[in-house]
Amino acid sequence: MPENPAGTLTTPAKPAKQKPGGTLYRGREGMWSWVLHRITGVAIFFFLLVHILDTALVRVSPEAYNAVIGTYQTPIMGLGEVALVGAIVFHAFNGLRIILVDLWAWATRHQKLLFYIVIALWVITMLGFTPRHLINVFSH
Amino acid sequence: MTAINFPGEPRRRGTNLEKWGWIYMRASGVVLLVLIFGHLIVNLMVGEGVKAIDFGFVGGKWADPFWQWWDVTMLWLALIHGANGMRTLVNDYTNPGTTQKVLKGALFAAAAVLIVLGTLVVFTFEPCPAGSPADLLPSFCPAV
Repeated sequence: MPENPAGTLTTPAKPAKQKPGGTLYRGREGMWSWVLHRITGVAIFFFLLVHILDTALVRVSPEAYNAVIGTYQTPIMGLGEVALVGAIVFHAFNGLRIILVDLWAWATRHQKLLFYIVIALWVITMLGFTPRHLINVFSH
Repeated sequence: MTAINFPGEPRRRGTNLEKWGWIYMRASGVVLLVLIFGHLIVNLMVGEGVKAIDFGFVGGKWADPFWQWWDVTMLWLALIHGANGMRTLVNDYTNPGTTQKVLKGALFAAAAVLIVLGTLVVFTFEPCPAGSPADLLPSFCPAV
């Protein structure tokens, strides 16, 4: 027997919750992937500027290059390299997600699922990289 | 064949640079993923990783044209990709005007200078500079 026979007027038990500014986008997976893509992109860009300059020291002298690259091998910088690689890996995988969302209708519909796949692949990649890198930094 | 023009719409001429920028970001991004992951695996994961990097390590790599071209391709693609990405942020967070022009000029100058510098460094690199102690140099350098 139908609980709501035809002709009976009912009001919803609870009005739909309306968060201020709540949209399909704001505060959701799409927004956070965009925010993280920007932040990681800017960080990688500034590292790239520095990294080209420090590598250019090979043209100055072996001593100059070794002195600067030696600072990349300290514990603090070793931790910084984990952050850098984390930023690069996220930017890379999320970039592939952006390409798929742009070019493939299925991916556009499932962009949220793809965001969680990006996070999962990032975790797996970092689990492979971080222990090996930190052992190199802290044990030699 | 020309693209359809709606009545009253001014005819668009020339190349759509923003479209090619959009395509460039995606095409270079895929290539950079391969080049940078390879760079990170060879320099940070193999052997003693970051602890093995010194002048001799770089000299050993750049003795091979394969790694010279790998690194120069990475340099060009990454700097243009990065500078164009930063241009997007400048467009988003500044208004048209002098500040925006200065910021974009600085991005262009930084990318141009570093591309020229990096390319010259890779291709004019001298792995066995005269007068340097042999223990700092790649193992293939002749003992003096």
